Amino acid sequence: MTKTLFEKVWERNLVAPETEDRPAVLHISLHLIHEVTTPQAFTVLNERGLNVRRPDLTLGTIDHSVPTLPAGIDGELPYATPAAKNQVETLRRNCAEHGIPLLDLGDGRRGIVHVVGPELGRTRPGMTIVCGDSHTSTHGAFGALAFGIGTTEVGHVLATQSLLQRKPKTMRIRFVGTPPQSVTGKDLALAMIRQIGTQGGTGYVLEYTGEAIETLSMEGRMTLCNMSIEAGARAGMIAPDDTTWQYLDRAAGVPIPREVDLRTDDGAVFDAHIDIDASAIRPMVTFGTAPDAAVEASGIVPSGSDGLDYMGFKEGQALAEASVTTVFVGSCTNGRIEDMRAAAQVLNGRRVAEGVRMLVVPGSEQVKRQAEQEGLSAIFEKAGAEWREPGCSMCIAMNGDRGKPGDLVVSTSNRNFKGRQGEGVRTVLASPYTAAASAVEGRIASPEDYV
Amino acid sequence: MSSEAFTTLTSRTIVLREENIDTDQIIPARFLTTTSKDSLADACFHDWRFEASGKMTGHPLNTVDLKARQIIVSGNNFGCGSSREHAPWALMALGVRVVISTEIADIFRSNAMKNGLLPVTVDEDTLEALMADPGREVTVSLETQTVTFGNRSVSFEVEPFARRCLLSGQDSMDVLLSALPEIQKFEEAQS
Ligand code: SF4
Repeated sequence: MTKTLFEKVWERNLVAPETEDRPAVLHISLHLIHEVTTPQAFTVLNERGLNVRRPDLTLGTIDHSVPTLPAGIDGELPYATPAAKNQVETLRRNCAEHGIPLLDLGDGRRGIVHVVGPELGRTRPGMTIVCGDSHTSTHGAFGALAFGIGTTEVGHVLATQSLLQRKPKTMRIRFVGTPPQSVTGKDLALAMIRQIGTQGGTGYVLEYTGEAIETLSMEGRMTLCNMSIEAGARAGMIAPDDTTWQYLDRAAGVPIPREVDLRTDDGAVFDAHIDIDASAIRPMVTFGTAPDAAVEASGIVPSGSDGLDYMGFKEGQALAEASVTTVFVGSCTNGRIEDMRAAAQVLNGRRVAEGVRMLVVPGSEQVKRQAEQEGLSAIFEKAGAEWREPGCSMCIAMNGDRGKPGDLVVSTSNRNFKGRQGEGVRTVLASPYTAAASAVEGRIASPEDYV
Repeated sequence: MSSEAFTTLTSRTIVLREENIDTDQIIPARFLTTTSKDSLADACFHDWRFEASGKMTGHPLNTVDLKARQIIVSGNNFGCGSSREHAPWALMALGVRVVISTEIADIFRSNAMKNGLLPVTVDEDTLEALMADPGREVTVSLETQTVTFGNRSVSFEVEPFARRCLLSGQDSMDVLLSALPEIQKFEEAQS
């Protein structure tokens, strides 16, 4: 029988198939945890006297609440609130009590949960990967089945290394043709979400295929899979190919055995199909307060859209008229080395426009080190941008990195919801190229003339 | 162990017409530094209900008697965005027990059911009728899987396992714990 990639990974990790009475029991190959969505799960575990079943398949990191400014002269990190600090300490205590490896502050491998998994070679094809974080879909770029879970389910996985799951439906999204150089994984994602809508993927696992995917780097694939959740899909997947195995060999530091069977068989049946003309995609930005409100950066605000009042945009207005107060490059969507290189490519020999604040936040300690070695951080600082310590930072604005009411932020993160980057802050999602071009011009700018 | 059960509820509605009410609206991220599930009522829809100065706004969520209105009727795609279970915790803290919309996001739906909050999806026509009359009395029965108001009764779908857990207040952790022998066998075969 022919099978999709999703079905193969599902079956490989299936403890017991679903019945009318009970959803399937799915074994979890890797459970990533961070400080925000775990404390209440450990409380339940401790109340019930349960142990963590597989600390060896669990990995903790600290990313959401942590400051991206270095410690002060007193050696204290500038936490936004005592609660933020308490949350970090709670994770540290819980990991120590249960023998879970933690990439703690000061560890040279620490970073945003969806950056470090792949970077350390822990994310592998064929795995099931979960985390109390919706952007866990990122890891699907390696042909893993990866999805976000709530805190109750975090408790389930800690205690049993398994989850109760109904089998989702499958959708193939094929990118036909190849886009120009200035178009990145982020632009493919925004174009896809515009086409299928913020709930177009609800109930589905997406598999991305086509020429534009085959030629995409691992970083670009992670960006695309990361944004699957913004189309309502819990998971997005890409079949492993040479690009994947080469990345993994480098990350793991040893050759990883190739598995040729981890791809959708010819003739396998999906529940739904979408074709997207990749050759027609240009650098994209959002103009509203949901990620499907996306349009070409060089375009005009379309008619009949929601969220324009909040954004202060008018129908028919050229986006290039919108002046920008802040630019943020970072997050699990675009905080990897390739993203740093892209932003630096545009900023090299240029300056951030007068009055614009630009924050560049590497996704991990490893990205930070590499960017410094490659001279990228020097380019950012020379251009007038701030180069920070790794963390989620302005993607979720929990750690004190946030905008002021009315700010217009061009951001490489994943959500343009009202208030996501601070109360009253307006977010325009874009690729690192577009973000950097906008920083240089002080207004929303397409990077087509820069790359 | 048990969690909060849900069988049938008769209550009035709060209508939130907005579409794509995301988890950052339901509970802004700056309230996520908590390490417990308690005291989240003020955080719920905080930026809709409070000005930056802390003053209450005139939003219906502030002006109606929430004890008598435990059903939210919302625009399409409620609960999209993050996996934070703080969203259903905060809604429950505010007294909400049912959310009705034409689409409810996957992870929110799954989190809600585990906490005694019932997500109900209905067709557009039913949603329009409910929206047209904010504050009307509605009966939601998980036993019969129906929403009843006026002389209208429509049925809704729920995943049968989650339904059973919610009806009885059974914790799905117990079901997984009882599967441990199978899990053990799977792990042994793997290694
Ligand atoms: S960078 Fe943003 S989306 Fe990614 S894990 Fe952190 S807060 Fe979540």
